Amino acid sequence: MSTDAPEADASGDGASAGADGPDVAALAEQVEALRDEVESLAAADDGDAGRSMTIIATKGTLDMAYPPFILATTAAAFDWDVTVFHTFWGLDLLHREKSRELKLSAVGNPTMPIPNAVAALPGMDAMATWMMRRKIDDNGVATVGELVDLAVDTGVTLQGCQMTMDLMGYEADDLIDGVEAGVGAATALQHMADSDVQLLV
Amino acid sequence: MTAPESTETLDVTGLNCPLPVVKTKQAVDGLSPDDVLEVRATDPGSVSDIAGWADGTDGVELLDQIEGEDGGESLFTHYVRVTA
Repeated sequence: MSTDAPEADASGDGASAGADGPDVAALAEQVEALRDEVESLAAADDGDAGRSMTIIATKGTLDMAYPPFILATTAAAFDWDVTVFHTFWGLDLLHREKSRELKLSAVGNPTMPIPNAVAALPGMDAMATWMMRRKIDDNGVATVGELVDLAVDTGVTLQGCQMTMDLMGYEADDLIDGVEAGVGAATALQHMADSDVQLLV
Repeated sequence: MTAPESTETLDVTGLNCPLPVVKTKQAVDGLSPDDVLEVRATDPGSVSDIAGWADGTDGVELLDQIEGEDGGESLFTHYVRVTA
């Protein structure tokens, strides 16, 4: 667009200096065409509809399951075209059973009120997970399962990385209904290149 | 301040981000032009979120947002009109 303006100016100057001649009608036509183009660009820029987002979800812990799905469902509410590409541990978020039993790590988690040496003891991850689930429940925060269902309902495209499926030994049937299984990095890149917003979570 | 007249009500009290916005969008999709949806929420973040959502979404207009109280808890009531 920025290159159009000087060009239009230049031809405008040329015509007015050069004279008076028969080019005026052609110029008027050109101006009209440019005006239409500017108007259509302005209209396209109005509001957030028509935007798109691609999220690469790589984490499969209870806490890290939230950001991709919260952003995806909210963007869908804005009528954005949303794709979430699930790779590595992120694929667990689409696994029928695993997505319902995601865990939180007690070790290396600075929000835990216990030292790492204690957090490493058996049962501590289960406790951290239980505490987090209780907080989620107490605060009216959706479960990961609810957010996944909401994402499917609101038209978010959920993709499962084929290489990760091979690596983890997952079949397409292991993933929830509505998942586009068996896609690769090229597909993800293509979506990212076409998107207004790209995130790696 | 008088509240706009609503034709439909959506109760998202007790629900947290992103549910108030997502459920509002789902409810609006089932309405007709000029319907006014009253959204009742307890999430303080819904004030900014529903305003931002309405601003960035075609076919809806935010008429009003009223902060009140219900049983000692803050209640945020949003009025969204369907424009198209």
